[in-house]
Amino acid sequence: MLFGSKYHGSSFSELLDTEFPYLRLERRLDSLAPNALAQSGLPIPHGTTVLALKYGAGVVVAGDRLATEGYRVASRDVQKVYATDDHSLIAIAGAAGPCIEMAKLLRVELEHYAKIEGEPLELEGKANKLSQMIRANLPAAMQGLVVVPIFAGYDPRRRTGRVWKYDITGGRYEEAEYDSSGSGSLYAKESLKKAWKPGATREEALRMAVQALMDAADEDRGTGGIDLKRGIFPTISVCGSEGVIAVAETEIGEIHRSLLETSRGAA
Amino acid sequence: MSLPFYVSPEQLMHDKREYALKGISRGRSSVVLEYADGVLLVAENPSASLSKLGEIYDRIGFAGVGRFSEFDQLRKLGIRYADVKGYSYSRDDVRAKALANSYSQAIGEVFTREMKPLEVEIVVAEVGDDKLAGHEQNAIYRVQFDGTISDHRGYCVIGGTVEQLQSYLQTNYKEGLPLGEALRLGKTALERAVNGDAKIGPQTLEVCVLERQRPGRKFRRLSADETRGMLGT
Repeated sequence: MLFGSKYHGSSFSELLDTEFPYLRLERRLDSLAPNALAQSGLPIPHGTTVLALKYGAGVVVAGDRLATEGYRVASRDVQKVYATDDHSLIAIAGAAGPCIEMAKLLRVELEHYAKIEGEPLELEGKANKLSQMIRANLPAAMQGLVVVPIFAGYDPRRRTGRVWKYDITGGRYEEAEYDSSGSGSLYAKESLKKAWKPGATREEALRMAVQALMDAADEDRGTGGIDLKRGIFPTISVCGSEGVIAVAETEIGEIHRSLLETSRGAA
Repeated sequence: MSLPFYVSPEQLMHDKREYALKGISRGRSSVVLEYADGVLLVAENPSASLSKLGEIYDRIGFAGVGRFSEFDQLRKLGIRYADVKGYSYSRDDVRAKALANSYSQAIGEVFTREMKPLEVEIVVAEVGDDKLAGHEQNAIYRVQFDGTISDHRGYCVIGGTVEQLQSYLQTNYKEGLPLGEALRLGKTALERAVNGDAKIGPQTLEVCVLERQRPGRKFRRLSADETRGMLGT
């Protein structure tokens, strides 16, 4: 057991750093020469386009399912949107391994804090903790293992959805409307820029999200579209006062069909 | 140079035991009961913020009696142990048996090595999961101040003087009780404790459940209103 442990705080990642450093990726990279991993040319899968947008009752968070190794498909059905607790989500873009690990670590981190302290962190506190985790990943980022997530959730104290974007140094910027990250993010943002409006309904927000992902997949080879042959749909979750709810694939398929019809009708 | 006093090991252990029991019996008792859809944890606790019951992991709950600072420290150690294990292996690998054994070793170590034993008694309870073959059974472990570990079926009582509660439950406990009835049974049992109140109001009752059918984290703390509604008072 951990009697005599040096760590007595409420943070899981700090506990790992103090007592179990071998479980942290950053420590494994210490012995590598700068940029060794990037120069080795070894394939590292990358996740591509994710986005988050605010709507009337909270936030919508969405991501495509493709992971690429250079020009090759690494996986067609990778998950990039994760609920980190009842009222917050992380959407990850960048090197798939460290990204998924960070999403997992953040989830344990938030749960650990809530259990130890008896109450959960504030939404801003969660966003800030993620900042520190990205900052700790900087040595890995310098090796090419970049993690640039979006964090979003519902703030029950302010009764609103909130969205944060990050840079590789852990810089944290709250977005008032929407954000996107990953290789197709430019196109997704262009799409959201045209469609976004304040106080949108859930249906409108979901249409914006699906449209933005379709636009990104159209222009960016690294972003996966909706794969009807294999039945692979983007991952989309909404989060309002009642918590995180995943959107069913049937509903996403429905929206996709209706968007296609609208664009055909317009042409 | 003066010679140190010789104290026989028997005497030493006896004294420590007396000391620990005295400390524990000052506090109020807790009951853990299996009911139809999970495991119920009930504590008599006048404080609304200093909890005696807590969540350890997806299917594991914790109950402690005795000195608050000591069992709360044990609760936190349990959470650290469980979260590290679940993070480095899988969530299903975190089991009550291994945790209770770790508690037993740690508490026993303090009892033999340290001057002052821990004045605590704890329960580690695990609810079964019907979706995991081989993990369907509930498990309840009690660990005492000297590290003695025991496993229990149906119900388990902790606190200084638990004989009356135990004999009451022995005659009145039935398998497969619905939650409301199990809660009423737990409450009446606690009212028989030597140190407790003859009538425990819902505001001094701390109630948590491990719900078998709940996906993911099965631990839930009942609000005072919910407890009141369930007790029908």
